Amino acid sequence: MKVEEVPQDCGYLAPTNLRDIYYALDENGNYCQVPSVGWEPKNEALSLVWENIADEAQNIRQEVLAGKKSPLAYHLETHLFSVKMLASYTDIPKKTIKKHLQPEAFAQLDDQFLQKYAEVLSITIEELKRV
Amino acid sequence: MINFEHKPAAHCESGVTTNMLNYYGIRLTEPMVLGIGAGVFFSYMPFITLQGMPVVSFRPLPGHIFARVMKRLKINISTRRFLNENHSMKALDKLVDKGVPVGIVVGVFFLPYFPKEFRFHFNAHNLCVIGKKDDIYTVSDPVSLELNELNHTDLKRVRFAKGTYPPMGKMYWVNHVNSTSPDLKAAIIDGIKMNCHRMLDIPIPYFGVKGIYLLAKHMRLWEEKAGARKAALQLAQVIRMLEEIGTGGAGFRYMYAAFLQEAAPILGKPEYLDLSKQMTGIGDLWRDFACEAARKFKKRGENTLTYDQLADKLVHIADGEKQFFTQLRQSIQSI
Repeated sequence: MKVEEVPQDCGYLAPTNLRDIYYALDENGNYCQVPSVGWEPKNEALSLVWENIADEAQNIRQEVLAGKKSPLAYHLETHLFSVKMLASYTDIPKKTIKKHLQPEAFAQLDDQFLQKYAEVLSITIEELKRV
Repeated sequence: MINFEHKPAAHCESGVTTNMLNYYGIRLTEPMVLGIGAGVFFSYMPFITLQGMPVVSFRPLPGHIFARVMKRLKINISTRRFLNENHSMKALDKLVDKGVPVGIVVGVFFLPYFPKEFRFHFNAHNLCVIGKKDDIYTVSDPVSLELNELNHTDLKRVRFAKGTYPPMGKMYWVNHVNSTSPDLKAAIIDGIKMNCHRMLDIPIPYFGVKGIYLLAKHMRLWEEKAGARKAALQLAQVIRMLEEIGTGGAGFRYMYAAFLQEAAPILGKPEYLDLSKQMTGIGDLWRDFACEAARKFKKRGENTLTYDQLADKLVHIADGEKQFFTQLRQSIQSI
């Protein structure tokens, strides 16, 4: 790839001070570093992943609203957490967390307990109770 | 704060290693570090998942590039992991107070200066802590154009991220450097030999060139086995690993080409310039694969390739890499 071929397709990096650094060939055929703000196929790949997460979260949200799952299930999905991962962050057994994915068990939790979940997910208790 | 020159780099680990060596008076480029560290790899492990997708990776395991480079340059280093979070912060403070730049491994999910869209539970990001004032640490992250700051709480949190490959507060640093002009030629030869070995000889089918063939074989069945949607996601995952922040383009292949170009005069082997061109060509094939793959999972345009045709492209790439590394090995053995 030549220096002038390094893609500059604005994507998620553009507003930050992070850049992709490419190694590309200059006019003399020597490799050099060229910063890039992004490349279309890569931006598309990332968009697809996030679209998929949003879709999954929407499905779970409907289940929460229908009373089949607790809001915790929804927040796990939007934060890309698995039950196993939440268990290792909080030291709460997986079995207990799984129970809290059910609306009845979740409704009985006091604020002190909810705080543990909220803290790991970096949200407030109020947000944790909502979807 | 210490006089640490922050230079952006394509890849986090080779970038941290390059900047650290530079601090200790050994001026090498990032491609040179990658080459000595035998940093071009391929692995496809269908049995380990990240976000529910099989792991595809174009790099060695985290920490390997740093360790190999330091060993080949005969530099004395230390590495530590921790069970206790507070102990790890104290140990870090102690070194930073002494003016030692310390490399650390972190998870990016809670890394505040990363854009939200890049924050996955990915636990193998490297950065270098170079200073501390009160509660605020200054860090040199090679994928960033400038230095960044992290407070104590955030730093502790990212050092003890959980999930696949938890970093467990891992940190690494240089103890002392014997000579600022190490035997580069020997280090390059060792690095190339190891890289050829890793790409060609590992006797299980998940690694090196064999891994690319296996991915191609599995890819043919994705749509049939997992459905169109899951197949598209798996394809997107491969492209993300190929081009995610930190490969220098085409899954480190362009950076390796840059390394070979730089190695040619040091080894006194002009034919390495041709090998460099060959590697550039292989990089171009990977990029072409990424373009076609993106057209496929975007579902735009009528004439997208089938998974079979994409797999054929991978087989073509694997053939190219096999031929390339075989030739590279022959030439390095004659030195």
